Amino acid sequence: MAEVAEQDTGKKDGKDRKKVKHPPHIDMTPMVDLMCLLIVFFMLTAAFTKAKIMEINLPEKIRDPNVEPPKIPGSRTLNIILGPDDRVFWYPGMVREEDYSNPPPLNETTYGADGIRRLLVERNRTLFKRIDDFQNDVIAGRINLPRDSIESEIRKLKRDDDTGPIVLIKAYKTSNYGNFVEILDEMNIVGVARYSFVDLIWYETFMVERHLGIATTTASTGN
Amino acid sequence: MPKIKITTKPPHVDMTPMVDLFAVVLIFLMLTTTFRITEPGQVDTPYSVSESPILDFNIMTVVISNDGRVFFNVDNGPDTILKFRQKILAEMGGRYGIEFTQQELTKFGNYPASIGVPIERMKEFLAIDEPLEKAAFQTGIPVDSLDNQLGMWVLYARQVNPAVNASIKGDANVEFPVVKRVLDILQDRNVNRFNLITSLRSADVKLDEIPE
Repeated sequence: MAEVAEQDTGKKDGKDRKKVKHPPHIDMTPMVDLMCLLIVFFMLTAAFTKAKIMEINLPEKIRDPNVEPPKIPGSRTLNIILGPDDRVFWYPGMVREEDYSNPPPLNETTYGADGIRRLLVERNRTLFKRIDDFQNDVIAGRINLPRDSIESEIRKLKRDDDTGPIVLIKAYKTSNYGNFVEILDEMNIVGVARYSFVDLIWYETFMVERHLGIATTTASTGN
Repeated sequence: MPKIKITTKPPHVDMTPMVDLFAVVLIFLMLTTTFRITEPGQVDTPYSVSESPILDFNIMTVVISNDGRVFFNVDNGPDTILKFRQKILAEMGGRYGIEFTQQELTKFGNYPASIGVPIERMKEFLAIDEPLEKAAFQTGIPVDSLDNQLGMWVLYARQVNPAVNASIKGDANVEFPVVKRVLDILQDRNVNRFNLITSLRSADVKLDEIPE
């Protein structure tokens, strides 16, 4: 393929006859160098361009006005509100109707390992431990399962969980998409079984704005 | 004693097999590689720990660039011979009373990147070949409730290819109301399951690090 052997072309002038004895060698080093570079380039780009996806399921929209949205126990509820400037707020439970004009204060925390993740893991400890134990068993070889079944087992653990928090994620209007992905990511890391993304209720807008110390714009009109 | 003749010629390594092998590997990598498609707007995807890779086909992507423009992209399905993109554009044309020629449909079918052109200007957009001039048309797909073209794109994409998976590729700094609007449009079309396109970052939690 790469070697070019020059044949005797039948020139018999006398001058050039000596040359055809040894077929000339083409120096292939530059070609090999170039190919090496190209291979390295393609290998590196091929390995890194594939984007990752995070799956998210949202609850179906209720279009029938007669159908009530499902009720959830307030004691297990944890509300997380994504605020502006990468700030994140939370409050436990739900606001009682008589407190709408004076709702409880918000707690502020941060994204990442020391803030929201610690909060979630503490509340989700039972389930987290169960998943962790299960995975350790799989790694140690005590449970022998194919990869697909491992995932469905974890899903089953999540479904059976009845102690962990029910997290309601709400976004204030000046939060950004990165915050949204970040908080969903935390749900996956901590293994929260039940979480949902819902709209901010008007009194929560009020709570955020009171916490931020800005003039309330939507105290009664809703969001 | 006869003199020992030392050959002055340097030893020659035959590189032919190596070159052959390199050529094979190179051709393989060139054929299998998929190049990153440049988005019409700037999109820096947020990070997540999710490790599942993006699907190879049957994807429709709503792209939200950092200036809040919305783009739409859909692929041709498992085989380009199915020509899903052309069919979707033809349906869109039918909905908005625009007749696209076969040439325009083919052009749209082969366009590699996301589309952010209002349907009324699609004909002009497809007529131009210059990439810089094309970019001027990418003003974003209208998403407001009066002129909800994104909803129509989603509707026809799902009609033409029922197996299509919705995914959202948003810039991390885009304001949330835009994303919320896109989510609402998708949910109006009964798409409740999305894939958010993210970049990989590792994170690990250990149980013993958490205080009791």
